Amino acid sequence: MSVNNEFKPKIVAFCCNWCSYAGADLAGSSRLAYPADVKIIRVPCSCRVNPMFILRAFEKGADGVIICGCHPGDCHYSTGNYYARRRMTLLFSMLDYIGVEKGRARVEWVSAAEGVKFADTMNSFVSKIKDLGENVRLGDIRCKN
Amino acid sequence: MQELITRAKELLENGTVARVLGWKIGDLPYNPEPAFFETAESLDKFVYNGFCGANLSKYMIEASKLEGKTLVCLKPCDTYSFNQLLTEHRVDRDKAYIIGVGCKGKLDVEKIKKTGIKGIVSISGAEADSACDTLEIDTLYGKKSCAYGDAMLERCHVCKGKEHKIYDELIGESRDTADKERFAEVEMIEAMSPEEKFAFFQKELSKCIRCNACRNVCPACSCRKCVFDSNKFDSAQKANVDSFEEKMFHIIRAFHVAGRCTDCGECSRVCPQGIPLHLFNRKFIKDIDELYGDYTAGAEAGSLAPLTDFKMDDAEPSIVNERG
Amino acid sequence: MQRIGVFVCHCGSNIAATVDVKKVVEVIRSEPGVVHAEDYQYMCSEAGQERIAIAVKEHKLTGIVVCSCSPRMHETTFRKAAERAGLNPYMVEIANIREHCSWIHKDINEGTEKAVILARAAVAKVNLNTPLYPGESRVTKRALVIGGGIAGIQTALDIADAGYEVDIVEKTPSIGGIMSQLDKTFPTLDCSACILTPKMVDAAAHEKIKLYTYSEVEKVSGFVGDFTVDIRKKARYVDADKCTGCGLCQEKCPSKKTPSEFNRGLGNRSAIYTPFAQAIPNVPVIDTDACIKFKTGKCGLCQKVCAAGAIDYTQKDEIVTEKYGAIVVATGFDTIKLDNYDEYAYNQSKDVITSLELERVMNAAGPTHGHLERLSDGKAPKEIVFIQCVGSRCSDDRGKPYCSKICCMYTAKHAMLIRDKYPDVNVTVFYIDVRTPGKNFDEFYRRAVEQYGVNYVKGQVGKVIPQPNGKLLVQGSDLLDNKQILKEADMVVLATAIEPNKDVRKIATMLTASIDTNNFLTEAHAKLRPVESPTAGIFLSGVCQGPKDIPETVSQAGAAAIKVVGLLAKDKLMTNPCTAHADELLCNGCSTCANVCPYGAISYEDKQVNDHGIRETRRIAVVNNALCQGCGACTVACPSGAMDLQGFSNRQILAEVDAICR
Repeated sequence: MSVNNEFKPKIVAFCCNWCSYAGADLAGSSRLAYPADVKIIRVPCSCRVNPMFILRAFEKGADGVIICGCHPGDCHYSTGNYYARRRMTLLFSMLDYIGVEKGRARVEWVSAAEGVKFADTMNSFVSKIKDLGENVRLGDIRCKN
Repeated sequence: MQELITRAKELLENGTVARVLGWKIGDLPYNPEPAFFETAESLDKFVYNGFCGANLSKYMIEASKLEGKTLVCLKPCDTYSFNQLLTEHRVDRDKAYIIGVGCKGKLDVEKIKKTGIKGIVSISGAEADSACDTLEIDTLYGKKSCAYGDAMLERCHVCKGKEHKIYDELIGESRDTADKERFAEVEMIEAMSPEEKFAFFQKELSKCIRCNACRNVCPACSCRKCVFDSNKFDSAQKANVDSFEEKMFHIIRAFHVAGRCTDCGECSRVCPQGIPLHLFNRKFIKDIDELYGDYTAGAEAGSLAPLTDFKMDDAEPSIVNERG
Repeated sequence: MQRIGVFVCHCGSNIAATVDVKKVVEVIRSEPGVVHAEDYQYMCSEAGQERIAIAVKEHKLTGIVVCSCSPRMHETTFRKAAERAGLNPYMVEIANIREHCSWIHKDINEGTEKAVILARAAVAKVNLNTPLYPGESRVTKRALVIGGGIAGIQTALDIADAGYEVDIVEKTPSIGGIMSQLDKTFPTLDCSACILTPKMVDAAAHEKIKLYTYSEVEKVSGFVGDFTVDIRKKARYVDADKCTGCGLCQEKCPSKKTPSEFNRGLGNRSAIYTPFAQAIPNVPVIDTDACIKFKTGKCGLCQKVCAAGAIDYTQKDEIVTEKYGAIVVATGFDTIKLDNYDEYAYNQSKDVITSLELERVMNAAGPTHGHLERLSDGKAPKEIVFIQCVGSRCSDDRGKPYCSKICCMYTAKHAMLIRDKYPDVNVTVFYIDVRTPGKNFDEFYRRAVEQYGVNYVKGQVGKVIPQPNGKLLVQGSDLLDNKQILKEADMVVLATAIEPNKDVRKIATMLTASIDTNNFLTEAHAKLRPVESPTAGIFLSGVCQGPKDIPETVSQAGAAAIKVVGLLAKDKLMTNPCTAHADELLCNGCSTCANVCPYGAISYEDKQVNDHGIRETRRIAVVNNALCQGCGACTVACPSGAMDLQGFSNRQILAEVDAICR
């Protein structure tokens, strides 16, 4: 069925160990499908995600990066996702400012009980990235030709 | 300036301070350099005029390790940087004797040159003591003049104010120089299409020669060792220097100083390629103000930086998609 | 270079159906560092684990990747297997090719391709793994309970009965808390004092319990198993060792105009006072704000009449420093201030009172000696209106968004008691909902309605207007009959919302325990760890965690106690080695990391460093590994990248990123 020249985006998902990674596990055990383009990296908390990781992923050819953590107020470490939220808001705003398409990076809060939300989120993110197409700009912001 | 020198000599001689951190006459009339003076005699080379844009607060990191106090001359905007360094425990208040020096706006010789003035021999009107509105410039091609405001650094047009945030004593008058909207340039870029934005930054950033002048002068970039020079992120590896570091340097640098940058404008002032680097920092400042409430790094020593703080009802990152 | 072995699990057909495991083994062999790869039906089985042990020996493996189910399932299993084979358990990484791959992808090519990438990322990470060793920390076998109400008392008794020393710190002059102010308790109508006082006495008499009353926690440092706490013992100006508790000083004290805290301000007390008759300890304190001797230097009557010579005006606050292994917060609650609720005329009329004030009015030791009377004129009321949810379930910021949980039941109790004792008094209750989940609760409420004829009206009261004749005009609505009600009442009782004790924020900050928007302490897990704070070694008892009635409070107090006992029973604690660590040569000492640490695990030390020949003293971040929980917030806050997280280091995560994006 699949067409050979179909765009297969590279998508990195950072998931916090306590909520979102468990949410992804639940999506798996509930057999809720989402595209194989998504590859999950386990981190203890969304606050462990350094903006450098995201930029590095883009630079290495990722087309989309999504960060998932516990819902605000439910962080296993009580406050981690609040810091992550500010950091990511500012980073995404900066990416927008330098002309990177909106939506290439996203934050979603997914609890351990939200397997359905996890799968839905990944489906919607992949389709968004497919719409945006290949990430050219962030691989090339060094701006040297 | 004379009052400043006299007072500096006095403080050196009576042992209050062991050295003076100020500016000395440079090779050209418009490029004084930051300098330490350890004797009263050496102060003959001391200068303080409109071209003394250099923010001396960062030098206090090293000076804090020296024996005795250092007299440091800080302009109003420099005191924000000093406060920020104080907050981050990088400078020792007890090792600094701060003279808040008056400021009438600092000058940028490049701006003078841009008006078509060449072969500059000397410039009058830049002295710290005279409240001059016009610069008289002797050139190889005769006398020229230039309005003071037209020769000012970008940062002085959006000056944070003439109040010194920290000092031991004040010498000299300051004047208000702000005559432009601080975030106007940022707003202009925000209003562009993604393609235009990207083209703008691609054009600007492709000038970068990675000379590190911005990083070296920045008082917020005061890390003992920059992440780009350490192996902690693999960025020091040869292969990555070629790619990751180069590609992402300015964004990462701006992020690292977000919430800590006092908008002192030194990065743009020293960039040999004339890249308006302050536009990155100012974008973060604008976002922080809008999303988390007005915050001026260094306005108050000890304040909690916005990125080390949060509110339970902070905006979600998706707000970026909604903000046009 | 690592010598890595990769073990790919079929998980029966769970993985093998949509991932070609043989292919994964084949491809992963060529990854840098991989010296061995194999597949097996069930890696988690004993035989599977044995294969790991054999391969470790045969191939001199230094690192292991297991491609299997989620690490949340079997990470521990494989770590233990590695340990048995002589490897450091932290040299194991799991590639989750079941939940994150085979179970969600139908196409075997797609599944296999993704499984290879996930395996590759795990290999890239293991290449950078280093052996990690859990630390050990000692346990001081003594607990501190902050708050001496029923929650604190019960927790302390349970801990002490298990054989451990426990101290109670109580801010007021006596233990007992709010429960000591109650008259009767629902749903059995036991006399509150009758069931509480024996517990107070038990606590005071217990050889393992030490009471610090009229004392406050001033400073807390340390971490689970090893807290150091400064307790301020406020000067009582009465020598507790000499005082016989005869009460003569209180009787003779000429300053008797201070509103009694115990009676909710409805009566007065003397300047030298014990809050109530059954106070424990039965040693008075001098309120220096009210004492004539302290204010003017004259008087000294109490000293003169004290035969025991216990009065000592020169006493000073004393700071006691104690060590504890665990701390229980049992700081309880208070009713909210009603300043934002002018419509109920609480500040205008003495006959509008809170339910807790009604408890005092009904109590034989209260300001009216237990006679139900109007506080304005002492007359017996004939019409009483109860208003529910005053400040509870409130959608604006005048009140609280939560249900205070206890009001429906105590109002039924009040209504019933009044109807029982004064059958000629009409009682009307305005309610939004009546919530009575609990053993024998609904039966209790129905008794109030059916047996005692309490008039329940579903609807809210808009206004209470004091009338010139001294009556209170209550304007309400009856939602069921859809009509406005105007009722003249003699008394109005407000079921006032409860809120955590005002001091809890200060205490939470000292303990680095987290707190929610309503100032209730947050539990480690809402369902599974309800009596533990996310901060290790801090436990929660009673209403400080959320609204509760007495039986629930007592249950939770017991649960907190068993958690404390479980901790104190250990001689040593193993600490999680996946903690943050600052590189001394990179650290700026800027304090940014400490600002984001939720556990107060980072402190700064002036350390002598040798930075490539430069010897100097630098301010450097030091992470306390017993306190650090490994969230990683500091690693991102750190501008120089000096802070890194063991087990999830920057380089490890970047290696995973690179492997995935390759």
